[in-house]
Amino acid sequence: MSEEYEITETLDVKGASCPMPVVKTKSATDDLTEGEVLEVLATDSGSLSDIDGWAQGTDGVELLDQVEDDDVYKHYVEKTA
Amino acid sequence: MSSETATEDVDSEPTTEAELRARVEELEDTVASLENEVGDDQQKMTIVATQGSFDMAYPPLILASTAAAFGWEVVVFHTFWGLDILHEEKSRNLQLSAVGNPSMPMPNALAALPGMDRMATKLMEKKVDDNGTATIEELVELSLEQGVDLQACQMTIDLMDYDEDDFYDDVTVGVGAATAVQHMADSDVQLLV
Repeated sequence: MSEEYEITETLDVKGASCPMPVVKTKSATDDLTEGEVLEVLATDSGSLSDIDGWAQGTDGVELLDQVEDDDVYKHYVEKTA
Repeated sequence: MSSETATEDVDSEPTTEAELRARVEELEDTVASLENEVGDDQQKMTIVATQGSFDMAYPPLILASTAAAFGWEVVVFHTFWGLDILHEEKSRNLQLSAVGNPSMPMPNALAALPGMDRMATKLMEKKVDDNGTATIEELVELSLEQGVDLQACQMTIDLMDYDEDDFYDDVTVGVGAATAVQHMADSDVQLLV
């Protein structure tokens, strides 16, 4: 799935729990420009719902995909504005 | 509805050009001020944090930093024991109360023994560490980085004999209940913790 778009940056928040995955994701997307994609690697199972909710409630970002891969939750967030 | 009223008003008035122009200007002003009100779509949250125990320090900081990640404007007004969350030294040493805590796996008579609060706190700190949960200090720094306005109530600073230098850098001091009420009135979400 992740091959459909080019990953610009990867954020590793494995081992960190709420609210770190969301807050660090926000900071990391602030550093991107329009069209760039952030990959977030997390082990917090709550990050699936949290990053989805954050992306829906936040202007200028879009959640492209979420993949569970061997106990690691991968999130792909595009900066859209 | 209001446009009908406006039309009637205009119809009932003399329709000289000057009067009409004045009327149009008046309506333009009204529309502009209404647009200003509606255009303020910046979400705001105000939390009042009154508790300074280890467990009660987490919820306001987690909610504040998360709301800031949503791009919200966030104020946390710390008063009474909530001040300890912003107190650099005390924030590293917040205690969990074993007595009167129904979640503790021990009877109150045992929990009241000397050293039990410290033991309960150590156990909780270990769980926090094992779980990858941030420390209070980390969450304070994180919230400040995210632009959360962490405020320390001036009346309780004086009451508790704290010094402004005791607090983390960038904590807002010199504010009172009126400031908190003003922020609450402007907010979409208000919480008391």
